[in-house]
Amino acid sequence: MNPTDPTFGTSIDFYVILASILFTIGAFGVLIRRNMIVLLMCIELMLNAVNLLLVAFSTYYGKGDAQIFVFFIIVVAAAEATIGLSILIMAYRNQKSTDAGLFTNLNG
Amino acid sequence: MSIELLTIIIGGLTIGAALMVVISKHPIRSVLFLVVTFFLISSLYILMNAQFLAIVNIIVYAGAIMVLFLFVLMLLNLNKESEPKTPKYALFSSVLASGILLLVLIAAFKDSLRLQHVRLPQQKQIGLVENLGKLLFDEYIVAFEVSSILFIASMVGAILLAKREKPIID
Repeated sequence: MNPTDPTFGTSIDFYVILASILFTIGAFGVLIRRNMIVLLMCIELMLNAVNLLLVAFSTYYGKGDAQIFVFFIIVVAAAEATIGLSILIMAYRNQKSTDAGLFTNLNG
Repeated sequence: MSIELLTIIIGGLTIGAALMVVISKHPIRSVLFLVVTFFLISSLYILMNAQFLAIVNIIVYAGAIMVLFLFVLMLLNLNKESEPKTPKYALFSSVLASGILLLVLIAAFKDSLRLQHVRLPQQKQIGLVENLGKLLFDEYIVAFEVSSILFIASMVGAILLAKREKPIID
């Protein structure tokens, strides 16, 4: 296959639609699940949809800046998952459950 | 097999794995399907010639974050019985809301897509480690250093939060 052929590769709209669907699945998971760990996982899924679209547009425009942004998003996601999970462990110690609805007990 | 066909197949598999993350009742099964999703997304990165991000995605996401999730799941000993039930009206309304979200997203992007039908990937080697490293340590060096402070802060915070509180003796 010739790489200089203009039809080489995948069109950008495929990636836009794929990232939209992945983001929607993540949002659906946040709405439907009540286990806090699965909620955090769905947030990671939404972040990955955004990463995919950023990389697609970075390749499309031929500039590397968006890939650097993806790198920083991964960094922030790692920090966020750490803090979220430790808060979760503390909440589990107090009420022996990871149900998101039980966090209404927190208001004073 | 053309790259386009391969991309479409992997994209379909990604959507399937992501749906299984949400649907499956057992939390450990959700984590494992999420790992599969991250590997598939990494392979999409490789197809876009973003090799550095593909490797970072596997190492950090599938390697570190997912292992952290698995550890917490096993520590808390969650299983199918302890999984909280979703009420019927919540199921209905979340299907409706996310369907509307997908509709709005696609409707918003539809007109902008028609303008540009240039195809991926352009033949520039931007995703390689050498070029991204030059960009990262040249233009984004301040953000890189600040992110290390963020990591230290989150590490200290995680230790402080997860530590068992000592009973106060007075």
